[in-house]
Amino acid sequence: MSDHDNGHIQEHIKVYLTVFGALGALTLLTVAASYMDVSTTEAIFLALTIATVKASLVAGYFMHLITEKHTIIWILCLTFVFFLFCMFIPMITTIDHASLS
Amino acid sequence: MSNDSHHEENFLQKYIFSVDHKVIGLQYGITSLLFLFFGFCLMMVMRWQLAYPETSVPIVGWLLGESDILMPEIYNMLGAMHGTIMIFLGVVPLAVGAFGNYIVPLQIGAPDMAFPKLNAASYWSYFIGGVIMLASFFMPEGAARSGWTSYPPLSIFETGQTTWLIGMVFLITSSLLGSMNIIVTIVQLRAPGLSWFRLPFFVWAQFVTAFLLVLAFPPLEAAAVLQLMDRVAHTSFFLPSGLVYSGATVDVYGSGSPLLWQHLFWFLAHPEVYVLILPAMGIVGDVIANNTRKPLWGYKSLVYASVFLGFMSFIVWAHHMFLTGMGQAMSAFFQTTTMIISIPSVVILTAFFISLWGASIRFTTPMLFALAFLPMFGIGGLTGLPLGVGASDIHLHDTYYVIGHFHYVVAPGTIFALFAGIYYWFPKITGRKMSEALGKLHFWPSLIFMNGVFMPMFIQGLAGVSRRLYDGGQLYAHAQDVLQWNEFMSISAFCLAAAQIPFIINVFVSMFNGEKVDRNPWGATTVEWSAPSPPVPHANFEGDVEVYRGPYEYSVPGADKDFSPQTEK
Amino acid sequence: MQIPYIVEERPDTGLNNSKLGIWVFLASEIMLFGGLFSAYVFLRMAAPVGDFAYWGSKLSIPMATFNTIVLISSSVTVIMSWASLKMKDFEKYKMYMGLTLLCAFLFLVVKYFEYTGKFHHGIYPSSSTFMGIYFTLTGLHMLHIIGGMIVMGYFWLPFGNKMWQSDPERFTNRIEVAGLYWHFVDLVWIFLFPILYLL
Ligand code: HEM
Ligand SMILES: [Cu+2]
Repeated sequence: MSDHDNGHIQEHIKVYLTVFGALGALTLLTVAASYMDVSTTEAIFLALTIATVKASLVAGYFMHLITEKHTIIWILCLTFVFFLFCMFIPMITTIDHASLS
Repeated sequence: MSNDSHHEENFLQKYIFSVDHKVIGLQYGITSLLFLFFGFCLMMVMRWQLAYPETSVPIVGWLLGESDILMPEIYNMLGAMHGTIMIFLGVVPLAVGAFGNYIVPLQIGAPDMAFPKLNAASYWSYFIGGVIMLASFFMPEGAARSGWTSYPPLSIFETGQTTWLIGMVFLITSSLLGSMNIIVTIVQLRAPGLSWFRLPFFVWAQFVTAFLLVLAFPPLEAAAVLQLMDRVAHTSFFLPSGLVYSGATVDVYGSGSPLLWQHLFWFLAHPEVYVLILPAMGIVGDVIANNTRKPLWGYKSLVYASVFLGFMSFIVWAHHMFLTGMGQAMSAFFQTTTMIISIPSVVILTAFFISLWGASIRFTTPMLFALAFLPMFGIGGLTGLPLGVGASDIHLHDTYYVIGHFHYVVAPGTIFALFAGIYYWFPKITGRKMSEALGKLHFWPSLIFMNGVFMPMFIQGLAGVSRRLYDGGQLYAHAQDVLQWNEFMSISAFCLAAAQIPFIINVFVSMFNGEKVDRNPWGATTVEWSAPSPPVPHANFEGDVEVYRGPYEYSVPGADKDFSPQTEK
Repeated sequence: MQIPYIVEERPDTGLNNSKLGIWVFLASEIMLFGGLFSAYVFLRMAAPVGDFAYWGSKLSIPMATFNTIVLISSSVTVIMSWASLKMKDFEKYKMYMGLTLLCAFLFLVVKYFEYTGKFHHGIYPSSSTFMGIYFTLTGLHMLHIIGGMIVMGYFWLPFGNKMWQSDPERFTNRIEVAGLYWHFVDLVWIFLFPILYLL
């Protein structure tokens, strides 16, 4: 990637450091939130939301996904769809099953 | 050209630890054919027991322990290992490892796979996995005995399973490395001019297959790790609370679920059946186009159908679990997706049939196998529909009907297509053609005896005979009327084995004495036929490849010959 | 004949081979951990109510928080090492890569104390389903850490110097690819942390 001159990289580095700060803050936030007195459902929702935000920051900025090429984005979208199938279909099947008994 | 193609390679570098995709493809091919043969032998011993229960097994009886009668424990071992070996060590490595490796780079005009060292690693991982599986027969615990599906709780308590799981981890790793390589190769190394819709159907089939492997295998790897934990670290991921085994409550924490294994297992294993069939369809497509001297009918619909097939194959898996107490809603969902997924298969089969219409067909050996594939796969596919509908599956589940169904898909289906591929590409690999006479002597008996083995399974299954029965159903009242078929099927299986002798002779004789041929003996259009036979080591083609046209331009009006190669302007 | 697009990008995809390769590999890794996360959810639903939370409360949140910060820092240092190579500063690369390895090592040390702490209290994978999945998930994650350390260590040692001198662009690509893998390992931990320690 010869289009990255030094100045360009310097800008990137600033972004990385900002993201670093955000990730640290979110980590502390999620720990703090876990001590809050909320219902389990709310706690799960909160923790997973924060984790997803953190993961998106890592994927988007550290792994450069926000500027990545189409081929890769397509492959990841496909993977993500199958990931959802793998996560949720067994779960829904169990719930469906449980409701019968 | 770089200078590394000039240095001399010694024997080890050239034939054993080579990174040339052609050598690795051949290594895969030879190893997997040996495994197919071995898996078939296991089955013949079982078929002997089914036809002549508890009598001495001829020829190999001395291997079976003190008495030369096949004992139930060994029967279960042979059954589980037959399934495992046929699928993971036979068909997949042959279809993807051998054909994918050898043919795909040639068909896209590439000098090699994208990652040659990874390619070698994939083969060696497969090899180690195979050795572990074989070695398990000789270990004090013996080989796995819980079926190729390894359902818990049985698989947690039965001996031999640990070795099986370790072997599987190697085989999964091998498939992952191999298929990643295929994806990158197809995306990145296509020759100039070879756009996506100029790819031969075979390459498309391999592409979709590779995605299935990359995305479906890892959950099974996860499940294998969990099962290993259950066996080795005494966790209870797959064991419910209060489970009683051999009269005693099992001493584990409990609260796990055997159904979890079934989900993760079938999340792989359903896509896996498309891994078994898609490359076969790819081969059949190429062979049919070549021998009908016509473009494949509906090339684009074939491509779209196989992509759709690949996608759908990820959301049908629980049709293997209708009898696990699944609720109405999910059961309806999986029945629907299963009916939907049959559509692209029908599209593909129909396109192949229409391609035959009005063609002046050359009945060469590869074409005979490809033609036989069509009705055989058709039978396999159609008999699958009743299994995909919950109501009829209640009756058919776990009977010989299921065994008949999927064997029609993989044995006279996939295996025939793979034979077609071997006969078709043999001249490219060796520079010599295989004997047509021996080829026909191989084909016709194989076709007859294949049906002799598998057709009666439908009859037995409909009568309710369960699969995995040591005595083939002797003790069951409902099986009495169909028991006589056991001997018929077994004799067919032994004759089927005999029918492979002409093939084995053919390979060896033709390798050294076959008719010498030029680079394009079949008058084919795809890119691999413009390389020398055999292709140049580490380079494949003599010069740069450029592609000017679609994959199946046969009998183009106005052209001077009845085929227009992709590499000719 | 040379395999094309090892270093330069293929015009129509804009990618070189290893970049695509690592992403396909990560796709399979997503499915691997997807299978395990799916198992976690499934088992949590199958377990008696409160069972997972009860056993989860035996884990040390401070240690895990510390480890989270360590891993995030290592993600930053690994990307800084790549950026340094982009700026042709090999010395800085060495420093940042060294820091990354140090962080990875620190993570393992903390994990070691966590594990042995559990063993001292007689807690093993077989103690409960939660502990089983805890040890399996973190164990596999640790294997990924060790794998990453081996690869990055290889590029940090003198082999790296040689490759940087002979083919700097290719070397930079390798570090980028290794970095992508490392970020993924971090990303997995980001999910493991809440589901194992906090919920
Ligand atoms: C062409 C020769 C073959 C014959 C005669 C044959 C025969 C059989 C028979 C009779 C069974 C049922 C055993 C029982 O239920 O006790 C069986 C099971 C099975 N076969 Fe084959 N088969 C052949 C080829 C193949 C191929 C090519 C594959 C896969 C690609 C395959 C995969 C399986 C699997 C997965 C099972 C189930 C094993 C289990 O119960 O766990 N077979 N075979
Ligand atoms: Cu299925």
